[in-house]
Amino acid sequence: MAARDSSLGWHLIRGYAMAVYLFMFLPIIVVVLLSFNASQFGSFPMTGFSFRWFGELWNNEAILRAFRTSLVLGLLTALISTTLGVLASLALVRYKVPGANTISTILIAPILVPEVVLAVALLLFLNFLGVPKSFGLLLFGHVIFTLPFVILVVQARLVAIRRDIEEAALSLGASPVQTFFQVTLPLMLPAVMAGALFAFTISFDDITGTLFWKPGGVETVPTQIFAMLRNSISPEINALGTVMIVMTVGLPLVGAAIARQMSKKSGL
Amino acid sequence: MSSVTLKNIVKRFGSFTAVHQTDLEIPEGAFVTLLGPSGCGKTTNLRMIAGLLDPTEGEILIGGKRVNDVPIHKRNLGIVFQNYALFPHKTVADNIAFGLKYRDVPKDQIAGKVQDALDLVQLPDVGSRYPKELSGGQQQRIALARAIVIEPDVLLLDEPLSALDANLREDMRVELKRIQDQIGVTTLFVTHDQSEALAMSDQIVVMSAGRVEQVGAPEEVYNNPASEFVANFLGASNVIDAECRAKNAEGAQLDTPLFGKVTLPAEKSVRLSGAGPAKLVLRAEKLQVMEEGAAPEGLITAPATIETVDYQGQTVRYFVRVGDAQLQALNMIDERPFEKGSAATVGFRPQDGSALAPA
Ligand SMILES: Nc1ncnc2c1ncn2[C@@H]1O[C@H](COP(=O)(O)OP(=O)(O)OP(=O)(O)O)[C@@H](O)[C@H]1O
Ligand SMILES: [Mg+2]
Repeated sequence: MAARDSSLGWHLIRGYAMAVYLFMFLPIIVVVLLSFNASQFGSFPMTGFSFRWFGELWNNEAILRAFRTSLVLGLLTALISTTLGVLASLALVRYKVPGANTISTILIAPILVPEVVLAVALLLFLNFLGVPKSFGLLLFGHVIFTLPFVILVVQARLVAIRRDIEEAALSLGASPVQTFFQVTLPLMLPAVMAGALFAFTISFDDITGTLFWKPGGVETVPTQIFAMLRNSISPEINALGTVMIVMTVGLPLVGAAIARQMSKKSGL
Repeated sequence: MSSVTLKNIVKRFGSFTAVHQTDLEIPEGAFVTLLGPSGCGKTTNLRMIAGLLDPTEGEILIGGKRVNDVPIHKRNLGIVFQNYALFPHKTVADNIAFGLKYRDVPKDQIAGKVQDALDLVQLPDVGSRYPKELSGGQQQRIALARAIVIEPDVLLLDEPLSALDANLREDMRVELKRIQDQIGVTTLFVTHDQSEALAMSDQIVVMSAGRVEQVGAPEEVYNNPASEFVANFLGASNVIDAECRAKNAEGAQLDTPLFGKVTLPAEKSVRLSGAGPAKLVLRAEKLQVMEEGAAPEGLITAPATIETVDYQGQTVRYFVRVGDAQLQALNMIDERPFEKGSAATVGFRPQDGSALAPA
């Protein structure tokens, strides 16, 4: 009967969805579980609960260095991308620069181009200019790659801020710059923060572009893991993976919570 | 407080002319309304005065000084927007205090001024709330308080009541007029609602398609419209073909095919230059529908047939056939309206008509 058929259908769909989720998250769960495994080998069965591998991480100079590099790179990327992204969004949305649509498309394009292509293109271009690989180049690449995300988020917010609110501030005597800092920026702050977090997390776990752009001897956390995997699957990697998961999942969650709190207060 | 003058103002957007050559004088302390249908250029004029748009041609003077090159934040204007435009991230008190921060108001006086403004708009206790915690009407009062607390030279209001529902709109209209009387600030009000314009204004500027059609006191614009457009925009009017036989200091003699001879007083025939073709304007409320054959003294009458009856409770709108024309009449009723299809008499007092020269 129709009712039973459809309920059977629903069960199938539900079961299928579960399978997809398992397939996606099981490896991650395994990594997190094994990072607390006391055993010498990074595999089941677990022999006991221990923070041993996190301790080893802490004592591994190479990993710590990679961690610091990633952190500095991520923070700088976030800072530069967010600043540029806010300025670009303002120009595109508020000042109606000629050719705004074309500029917008060009700025968003890096999302659409496969990362490998982008990475190689930038490398070849700088080779052509005779610029050697450097940390600056790496940073430059990350900024190009994260800028579209910041622009998309900030632009969406800016479009929703009604122009007459800014006009009201102007009419009350605030200069355009004062209006920006008193009205526009506070109203788009949640989006600016979201953009910065995006930029940071994308930079923090990027590997494709980073492999192409990084100068010799410099490792970020993802490239460090990649290098370690070539030798052996040490349980340290599970611990490092867990730390990465906490950072890249936890940060946006915290950010979103703060943003929600802020917009609740400002009544938006 | 200052007067505002527009001299030969033209505004074009690309090849489209939104405002044609306009001259306008808003006297100091007056309440002047721009009235006209959607798209006629009211907002464009207001935004040019505000400094939010640059005129393509012409000069804008505030208090006798040319302000074309003065940016908006140095013009000392109070603007109230249609959708309130309160700062959603600031409390009501901070919203009102916003403009004071950019003026030489000592810090210890700001709170007092904010409270005075809140008292003026009769919302003394909402200072610590956020805008979204207020109703639409309350938000618009706060927007008004924020605009007047800076003691602007000119107050500009662009359809400030149109986002409110009908009852609230009438309350706010009275309230707004009271406040304007109390502080006496020169005010430019934009609306497409004729009853708002008639109720509030010292002067009404009727606009159509980027041009000023008429400037005058509400009674003047209402009783003696300068064009067919004005006659029909402020309520319904009948515009009847006529021929002016003679015009002198006492008035004008018109011949109409529908009503015969009509003698208009001088003040109602100023738009005629002399004998020749003319139009007779008769407001729907001034055309009285009566029993067939009635001939009260002082009324000019004609036989009519009632074609449509639109009963509205206290009033009734008739469409009646007189000769070859259909006329509109809006009458008060005490008992029952005339029946559709019945024969009747329509009449009007000659002093209630007014004359137009044909376009
Ligand atoms: N930035 C612009 N670019 C092009 N055309 C414009 C622009 N602003 C206004 N217009 C046009 O100018 C004309 C007048 O617009 P305006 O906003 O002044 O009308 P309005 O009288 O205020 O109408 P409403 O009652 O609907 O608010 C309209 O035809 C409008 O389409
Ligand atoms: Mg308008």
